Amino acid sequence: MMKIGIVAILWGLLGTGFAEELSPVPTADEIARKANHMALYQGADSKGKVTMVIKDKQGRIRKREFTMLRRNDDDRDQDQKYYTFFQVPADVCKMVFMVHKHAALEKDDDRWLYMPGLDLVKRIAARDKRTSFVGSDFLYEDISGRSPDEDNHELIEMTDTYYILKNIPKKPDTVEFEYYIAHIDRKSFVPMKMEFFKRGHRLYRVIESVRLEEIQAQENGQKVTYPTVTESLVRNLANGSETKMIFSDIRYNLGLSNKIFTERYLRRPPRDAMR
Amino acid sequence: MPCDEKKDKLWHALFILLLFLIPNCFESPVTAAEVHGNSFLGQFAPVELHGFFELRVGYRTQEDQHEKDISVMETRLQMELFTFTDWAEFKYKGDVWGDGITEQGEYATREAWFFSRPAGFLDIKIGRQVLTWGTGDVVFLNDLFPKDWQSYFIGRDKEYLKAPSDAAKISFFTELANIDVVYTPKFDPDRYITGEYLSYWNATQERPAGQKERVVADKPDCWFQDDEIAVRVYRNINNYELAFYGYWGFWKRPGGQTASGTAIFPKLNVYGASARGQVGPGIGNIEFAYYQSVDDESGSNPLINNSEMRYLVGYTQDLAKDFNASLQYYVEHLLDYPEYKERLAGGPARDRDRHVITLQLTKLLMNQNLELHLSSYYSPSDRDAYLRPNIHYKCTDKIALETGASIFFGEEPHTFFAQFEKNTNFYAAVRYSF
Repeated sequence: MMKIGIVAILWGLLGTGFAEELSPVPTADEIARKANHMALYQGADSKGKVTMVIKDKQGRIRKREFTMLRRNDDDRDQDQKYYTFFQVPADVCKMVFMVHKHAALEKDDDRWLYMPGLDLVKRIAARDKRTSFVGSDFLYEDISGRSPDEDNHELIEMTDTYYILKNIPKKPDTVEFEYYIAHIDRKSFVPMKMEFFKRGHRLYRVIESVRLEEIQAQENGQKVTYPTVTESLVRNLANGSETKMIFSDIRYNLGLSNKIFTERYLRRPPRDAMR
Repeated sequence: MPCDEKKDKLWHALFILLLFLIPNCFESPVTAAEVHGNSFLGQFAPVELHGFFELRVGYRTQEDQHEKDISVMETRLQMELFTFTDWAEFKYKGDVWGDGITEQGEYATREAWFFSRPAGFLDIKIGRQVLTWGTGDVVFLNDLFPKDWQSYFIGRDKEYLKAPSDAAKISFFTELANIDVVYTPKFDPDRYITGEYLSYWNATQERPAGQKERVVADKPDCWFQDDEIAVRVYRNINNYELAFYGYWGFWKRPGGQTASGTAIFPKLNVYGASARGQVGPGIGNIEFAYYQSVDDESGSNPLINNSEMRYLVGYTQDLAKDFNASLQYYVEHLLDYPEYKERLAGGPARDRDRHVITLQLTKLLMNQNLELHLSSYYSPSDRDAYLRPNIHYKCTDKIALETGASIFFGEEPHTFFAQFEKNTNFYAAVRYSF
């Protein structure tokens, strides 16, 4: 009886003044949802130049450079469109890769590839999102995001700086990992580190956010800043290769038209992509 | 047909005029000229230069008395220049190569065009350009832009399967549908098999022929008279791509002959439609085309191709990680078949329907730097086949090695793929890209 009384008093306190000061710990699902927003959905649209440096076990280096445009279909962190214009290496120069991403789990993304030498618009069948993106150690899913609905989330630890989430896939047979641990910055909710484990708690893949920058932008006429990861590193511990991804010239809320993500601009890129 | 020389000049003059007029037609908020000073050159962005240098060698796997032992032997340099201003984009792409088959230095402009987006609803691209549409995977029904099967069969890079057109492409974009209109003022035929690089079945002589008996064709070549118009009306509904096509021009390969035996390109109109989109775990496509052989609509002229219906259905899917398969079924259905059979001058009659099954397999390995690819075509009605295996390895971002083969076989020497049996070849190449 006594115990219940104390709990009731504490509950009452938490419910009033205490709550604002200590701010209640968000649920694991909330953290995952916010982290997903910060990683992929900030602003209505964005543009950035990307340099990827792929280094294999022997230290051989390959480089990829492309401009990426992204637009959210709405403000509910659901469907998005991506437009990728390749500049380097020379053999893929001016190739365009376009994705209409569907957040609904049962719906596959729509993907197109434009090959300028043949003037060919190719529709790509790609069910498996966990394949390498342009031969790098990043996977398609690392670029366009893994929906939080695909995993069960569990808050396993809270340090001074991070929420540490354990994410277990709801459909284990669709992925190559058993679970992954995400370190999410408590202030900004930006995911700073993700460690992927195979069966037997064997760590085999790590993605780290190396540099975080505050990018200035306008939103509804107001000045805002978007905390943005401008350098990330993925290490494949299984084969010893790693890929560094550097973002530059990042801009948010450019007012990119929905029309950019159509066949017209696939065949002739918009100036936004070329400059 | 004698051509009007004046029209030839008129076309050139129009093109040059357009180059100078167009910049004055459009307004742009901040022009590059204002930034870089008002000089003519100041308005161009720095020129981007790309290209490659390539060595390619191929041999026939058996003797062909009509051709050389080498199937391809070339040292090639491709240069690509690109720049843009506020009102347009400009591109040039050209190849120079030493050709071991023709034993000559060769040059070809692959692209030389300018592009402009003068209004929200309008795109214009004028000049030499590569054009492609339709849903087939290396099977073309409504795409009547020139192909270069010769390059494909001797094992040049796949890029060369598409030959350029000298054309104006005007594209309109509306809420209801988008419309592409391509006007080619002078007929651009396919680069078909002439005997120069590959031996072929000479139907008149009823025997194989090659370098010494090249196909002599009377090509329609009057500017603005022997022209081609190709139209595509298309729309994307929930990412299902629907399109309707029309073409008014000529058979792209010789589709008939004169009484004296000269190959000709009879008139051809084509009407068709296609759809493509997600079906189950892959992408499905369906396309058909009606080939109206205008010069022989009744099918009663044995010297000119009959009209045809062409159908295609295809499906592509990932079978495993970095492993893609694409399967297609294609039919050419001859119309007025009784008339064709009745009046056949000589030689074996073709079947009413030509069925072709194509299977393309692509597997990527070693961080996608190694590509194993197989294109295969099998015709159960002609009982012949064509296999094109290819291995491509990117040693570095700049250097790529490639090897492959073109394998033809069949039961009868006159069917489409079987006629090239003696051309079966393998090749290897090294390319440095910059």
